[in-house]
Amino acid sequence: MNIIILGAGRVGESVAESLVSEKNDITVIDTNPQRLRELEDRLDLRGVPGNGIQPSVLEAAGARDADMLIACAPLDETNLVCCKVAHDVFNIPTTIARIRSPEFPNDGPLMSNEGFAVDQVICPEESLTSYIRKLIEYPEALQVLEFARGTVSLIAVRAVTGGPMVRHVISELPQLVPNVEMRFVAIYRTDELGQDHQLVCDGTTRIEPGDEVFVLAATRDIRRVLDALRRRDEPVRRVMIAGGGRVGLRLAREIQDDCHVKVIESNLSRCEYLTTQLHSEALVLQGDSTDEELLETENVQDTDLFLALTSDDEDNIMACLLAKRMGARRVLALINRRAYADLVQGTQIDIALSPAQTVIGELLAYVRRGDVEAVYSLRRGAAEALEAVAHGDRKSSKVVGRRIDELPLPSGAQIGAIVRTIHDAEVYQRVIIPHHDTVIETDDHVIVFVPRKRMVREIEKLFQVSATFMF
Amino acid sequence: MTSPLAVVALVGRMVVLFSLLMLVPLAFGLTGHDAAEHAFLVSTGVTFLSGALMSLATRRFRRELQPRDGFVLVGLTWLVLPAFGALPLLLAIPGLSVTDAYFEAMSGFTATGATALSGLDALPLSVNVWRCFMMLIGGLGIIVLAVAILPLLGVGGAQLFKAETAGPLKDAKLTPRIAETARGLWTVYFVVSVLCFFSYRAAGMSWPDAFMHMCSTMGLGGFSSHDLSFGYWNSPAIEAVAVVFMMLSGVSFALYFVAWKQRSLSVLWNNVEVRAFYLVVIATVALISIYLTVHGVYPDFQESLRHTVFHVVSIATTTGYASYDYAKWPLFAPLLMILLGCFATCAGSTGGGIKMVRMLLLLKQSYRELVRIVHPNVVNPVVIGGAAVSPRVIQSVIAYMMVYGASLVALTMLLLFSGLDVVTAFTAVIACVNNIGPGLGDVGPSVNYGGLSDFQIWVCTFGMLLGRLELLAVLVLFTPQFWRG
Repeated sequence: MNIIILGAGRVGESVAESLVSEKNDITVIDTNPQRLRELEDRLDLRGVPGNGIQPSVLEAAGARDADMLIACAPLDETNLVCCKVAHDVFNIPTTIARIRSPEFPNDGPLMSNEGFAVDQVICPEESLTSYIRKLIEYPEALQVLEFARGTVSLIAVRAVTGGPMVRHVISELPQLVPNVEMRFVAIYRTDELGQDHQLVCDGTTRIEPGDEVFVLAATRDIRRVLDALRRRDEPVRRVMIAGGGRVGLRLAREIQDDCHVKVIESNLSRCEYLTTQLHSEALVLQGDSTDEELLETENVQDTDLFLALTSDDEDNIMACLLAKRMGARRVLALINRRAYADLVQGTQIDIALSPAQTVIGELLAYVRRGDVEAVYSLRRGAAEALEAVAHGDRKSSKVVGRRIDELPLPSGAQIGAIVRTIHDAEVYQRVIIPHHDTVIETDDHVIVFVPRKRMVREIEKLFQVSATFMF
Repeated sequence: MTSPLAVVALVGRMVVLFSLLMLVPLAFGLTGHDAAEHAFLVSTGVTFLSGALMSLATRRFRRELQPRDGFVLVGLTWLVLPAFGALPLLLAIPGLSVTDAYFEAMSGFTATGATALSGLDALPLSVNVWRCFMMLIGGLGIIVLAVAILPLLGVGGAQLFKAETAGPLKDAKLTPRIAETARGLWTVYFVVSVLCFFSYRAAGMSWPDAFMHMCSTMGLGGFSSHDLSFGYWNSPAIEAVAVVFMMLSGVSFALYFVAWKQRSLSVLWNNVEVRAFYLVVIATVALISIYLTVHGVYPDFQESLRHTVFHVVSIATTTGYASYDYAKWPLFAPLLMILLGCFATCAGSTGGGIKMVRMLLLLKQSYRELVRIVHPNVVNPVVIGGAAVSPRVIQSVIAYMMVYGASLVALTMLLLFSGLDVVTAFTAVIACVNNIGPGLGDVGPSVNYGGLSDFQIWVCTFGMLLGRLELLAVLVLFTPQFWRG
């Protein structure tokens, strides 16, 4: 696919990075030629310097033949105009714009073809906020991802000593947690050298304390699955947010009714703005998030969740380490550089969150061919979970009408769950945790765990309907 | 440097405008051929001529107003107009002293409702109409009216507007042009007044009574054409109408204007000040009605609720109507009501007192200081309605409160010095500075200010002016800096 990306910022870069690796032709437009050169050196793509809202620049970037435009320049207005130009002048079929302001909803008339012609609005801040909110809802989990409109969830959790399932082999688990169907799709274990390994998940795999476990289950069972893997944590009541930027504010605004929120922000005028946006119960503190005296006077030792959400990776890491040392129950750091994120996840810092990765999932669902409904990057982009829809019949499709064990899945990839719409007396969604003899039907939503990104294309091809089906 | 003559030229125009307003009672006088017909003819003529003379004589000095001229103009206008307003009273009521006439006019003009007259039922109709009509004009402000209908004020109009309207946050212009804003305010005021007029009539008042009580209700003044005030009718329906329109007038008319422009009531509902006003009044009504029932003042709860609602609303909105001698209630109830009158109404309404928004600002400021003790790094500016209030405003509110307290104490001491008892002196000052009207003791609802000496009357008159123009606008005229330039 020919894809034009506007803006070589952090989001633009990670989008480019993950799309390049999937054999797409990428052209990046940015006003800073130096920045483009760096990207060209590192990734296999073309850089076009210039202002992306000018038709001449788009033309030079190959807009005539482009299949998709992803506008992620820093300013909303640039992205909106760029999509409009791309659609009206060059007829680019798919336009995606990163819009930070919540006042431009995806389905509003402004985004129609008569308006700014944006097919899909993505908002990294919103994805991050909902990600973190899940963690507040399920304090034991490292990550909670929803599939098939929320009926199925993939949970990442770290097993700890004392959990009922820990030190049992997977085949024993159904007796331990009766009436709950779940599927262990992956287990990662850190060896003595600090290297992560993915273990093969079969009946004989034993769960050890410290393992990072990925489980698929129906959303209504999440609570019980988590209880089985580790003792239940206290609900999150006190949250301290370091950094009152867009994400910090959004999150604080959403959780202020349920939690006691403290926001630390260094810029005084930003602090004042925050106070006007939050209830008076939420405390806005001016200061440095790495100032241990400030953390101490504000009782960081009593916080259930400490979130470092500033734009500075190093500050976030240091603030989290400090908060953890001083007694915060769980700490989460927002880390833009992937190298850092891999470095600190699972050490003193409980969760390292890489903002670019959360957006990419959203984007990938549009870029991928086939009927991919949702894609999530896991473990900071190394693995993926995707939701594909099976179409066609036994003749036209490679999956429909076949048993799971007949499917030519790459090794390590697992079908974790199937969501089937049942048309009985009433229409409802049924979550099936498949076994080797489960047969896939047409219109099933199949949730696949892919341990390596390069396997993604094989899975996609699998779910594509062959041409004969079309005629 | 302000030039007094340039201001006098404008005051002259205000006086001319005022003489036109006198045509209203004159019309009542002429149609009814009452005893004050002659008095109004003379005073309208005198007022018109004086105003014309003032503005013609100083014509050469006219120039664009400077911000500072605004305070002089407002102060002077509010001193001069009651003098002209007192003229017909002086002519029509035999034996009325100049002091009492000026007091009565000031009380009407500042929508206070304190009266030194008795035997109201025997006064000529036009005199009563004039007393009440001054409340309607003074309630929203005659300068706002002048800005609305006369193109006389130029750019300085906004400054004048601020000096006359009540409240600490006056920066929000409703429309790009101040004259448009003033016109909008008066239109809303007029529409609600007309509604009030017909409601009174429908509830059983005669046409003239409905007109007069409409005027004193909308201005949150409290004059009546009867000595018994609302007790004259003893009608729950009439009291209900009064309560509804007093509560309506206790809210900023600017908000009604916005609500009307936006065609939605959410702006009223979402306003913190309006909510606090209604909440405080309702809570007090509940408290006092239970208190009175427990003390057995009225035979049953229903009776005590009816009287409580009427009087609490009347005093809290700084109107000051009475249908019953509430001074006979156990002291807690009337004192609480008068206390409420000090702050309950909203800024931008026709009510007097500190205004609810100042009270909210102070409360929030105090709470803020408490939080600051626990969390030294906290940033918590006072937020009202989703916007941070600048420290400048808070400072001016605190200064206002200081001056307010000092004024109360100083005026009370003056009255005590002149020989009044504590309850009378204190409540008279509170009732005047907050433009409520009746106090307790010798100035209670069943008696009036007629029994006070000339000196005491002048103290009260000054208190009313001070309260109506919100202290600082008057007191700034007494600072040497103001005149030095």
